[in-house]
Amino acid sequence: MSVQELETIFDNKLEREIRIEPKDWMPDNYRKNLIRMISQHAHSEIVGMLPEGNWITRAPSLRRKATLLAKVQDEAGHGLYLYAAAETMGISREEMIDQLLTGKAKYSSIFNYPTLTWADIGAIGWLVDGAAIMNQVPLCRTSYGPYARAMIRVCKEESFHQRQGFEILLTLCRGSKEQKDMAQDALNRWWWPSLMMFGPNDDNSPHTAQSMKWKIKRFTNDELRQKFVDICTEQAKVLGLAIPDKDLKWNEEKMHYDFGEINWEEFNNVVNGNGPCNKERMAARIKAHEEGAWVREAALAYSEKKKQRQTPTAA
Amino acid sequence: MIETLNKTEASHPSPTGEGREGTEGPLWEVFIRSKQGLDHKHVGSLHATDAKMAIENARDVYTRRMEGVSIWVVESKNIHASNPDEAASMYDPANDKVYRHPTFYNLPDELKHM
Amino acid sequence: MMQDSLIDYTLHLADNSLIMGHRLSEWTGHGPILEQDIAISNIALDLIGQSRNFYQYAAQLKGGVTEDDLAYLRDATEFKNMLLAELPNGDWAKTILKLFFFSTYQYYLYQKLIGSTDTQLSAIAEKSLKEVTYHLRWSSEWVIRLGDGTEESKKRIEKALEELWDYTGEMFLPSEYESECAKNKIGVDLGFLKEDWMNKVIQIFAEATLPSPKGEPVPTLREGQGVRLNGKEGKHTEHLQEILNDMQYLQRTYPGCEW
Repeated sequence: MSVQELETIFDNKLEREIRIEPKDWMPDNYRKNLIRMISQHAHSEIVGMLPEGNWITRAPSLRRKATLLAKVQDEAGHGLYLYAAAETMGISREEMIDQLLTGKAKYSSIFNYPTLTWADIGAIGWLVDGAAIMNQVPLCRTSYGPYARAMIRVCKEESFHQRQGFEILLTLCRGSKEQKDMAQDALNRWWWPSLMMFGPNDDNSPHTAQSMKWKIKRFTNDELRQKFVDICTEQAKVLGLAIPDKDLKWNEEKMHYDFGEINWEEFNNVVNGNGPCNKERMAARIKAHEEGAWVREAALAYSEKKKQRQTPTAA
Repeated sequence: MIETLNKTEASHPSPTGEGREGTEGPLWEVFIRSKQGLDHKHVGSLHATDAKMAIENARDVYTRRMEGVSIWVVESKNIHASNPDEAASMYDPANDKVYRHPTFYNLPDELKHM
Repeated sequence: MMQDSLIDYTLHLADNSLIMGHRLSEWTGHGPILEQDIAISNIALDLIGQSRNFYQYAAQLKGGVTEDDLAYLRDATEFKNMLLAELPNGDWAKTILKLFFFSTYQYYLYQKLIGSTDTQLSAIAEKSLKEVTYHLRWSSEWVIRLGDGTEESKKRIEKALEELWDYTGEMFLPSEYESECAKNKIGVDLGFLKEDWMNKVIQIFAEATLPSPKGEPVPTLREGQGVRLNGKEGKHTEHLQEILNDMQYLQRTYPGCEW
């Protein structure tokens, strides 16, 4: 079959909402784009363990300690599902991790911000996981089968994360003045970075149009961001916290909240590696990887020895 | 018609060539029986250097929320898969064999439980 | 008197699980392999869960306190965990060996504790034993992999053995409250555990192609600057205070708050 014919079949499948599976023919760029997207997503889960992991040993009650640990562990699981989904496209996890550690691959910039107080754990759960869920729910219908299935699993598990975060903040907001101040301070610091999680504006997003056409993405960055602002503004009222945006105002005509302009200079800076914690995050991942090298070698060596003992005659 | 899953189509080589076996050990496919009486179902994959480790990893990764009562693991390279290009010849011929389905047969309504 | 011993004994069981679980949770996000990061976090979660069951029971026995008061507002000298639990993780080999020693101990301890005349302790032991059985299996397999892996992994696990062996004797040296509870059929007579524990260690070390540890678990206590260290009686290494500085920081800085 010619490439044109294959492409017609491929386009026709997308048209009829038939999922693309690993061994199906797909355009090179579709594959590349998906590997980029899925691995970036996986890296984000793994790097995302660090800022929250900071607080496992300092969580203020046994219940909080257990639930935070369970949550951070879930993120490792999500990273694993996503690496596995990308591996169906012919790239190994090792290669992807190598791309991350050498700075060739990106991950969500939000994790380059520091977690300074316990309230940050609440804010991350509410806002960062909230934004992530907003992005991820449509991905459950993404055109590539393994990615869609991984996302279904992730979304199912992630529903408790946002509730956990909101509950942490709610408890703080109902507590002492110091606790409420802590919650407001966390919101002040995490609000804008959370809005940045949806990526550049649509007219500035190099990948969005093609990803929409391929039905990898179902909504544009700006559509999702607007939805997020609308929902969170209402939720902030329940907490009794003020969203740090003087331009935030209900627009009766549009039936949406208007909100202020994102500081794109900060966005670009953090994306380009100059955020507050980029270096620490990478250093932590590199350290874990390097210090784990001998463990991986030992496990492989052991399995080799065992295989040889089982088949003494095999060459 | 039969080929292994970890080889991408020859007409469309993987962007990275072979080499899915990293230092974390080979890839394994995981199948889980969610409760007694049901089939094992494919749930995903993971890396492990041996079968014991693969089963334990599967337990820790895929049954954290009581999803299973039994686990199968198999090294991905040992799974053989049909080729999607031949889907038409493989599966379409079943389309016109409606007589394999019980509703094909006309029986009087009085006849119950058949 | 017996009531005090029961409370101390329950706290001892709780502290063991909490401090060990706390240490293991330090690996979360930093494991050598993604799958193992998840595995060790699972074990940490199990242990923290066990500690909560014991603390809740201790709180009920004491009256007027919560599980969190017991975990977050006691000083290091009041903690009754074994020293082994509080030692730093070190590398993967040391963590694995420490967990293996600890899980083997918990495995035989809980088996016997199921027979306790105290129905609460018996019930917690029964539930925990299922978890610990898996911890023992998992850590044994890793001891074998590392012992029989590469030259380097073997060296590392042998070094870990050197560093940890001196802390194993404490497991079998009963404190007063343990003896009291054992006498009243509430607790476990540690004398009965030692042989099982030692046999398991010898068996796994043999599979791991490691030389058996020299002699019995060292029964003498570590001498530290004129103080005889004994975790069960509140005489800890300085590592415990480091753990508590982190763990108790919020509760201590903002007393009386809900979290």
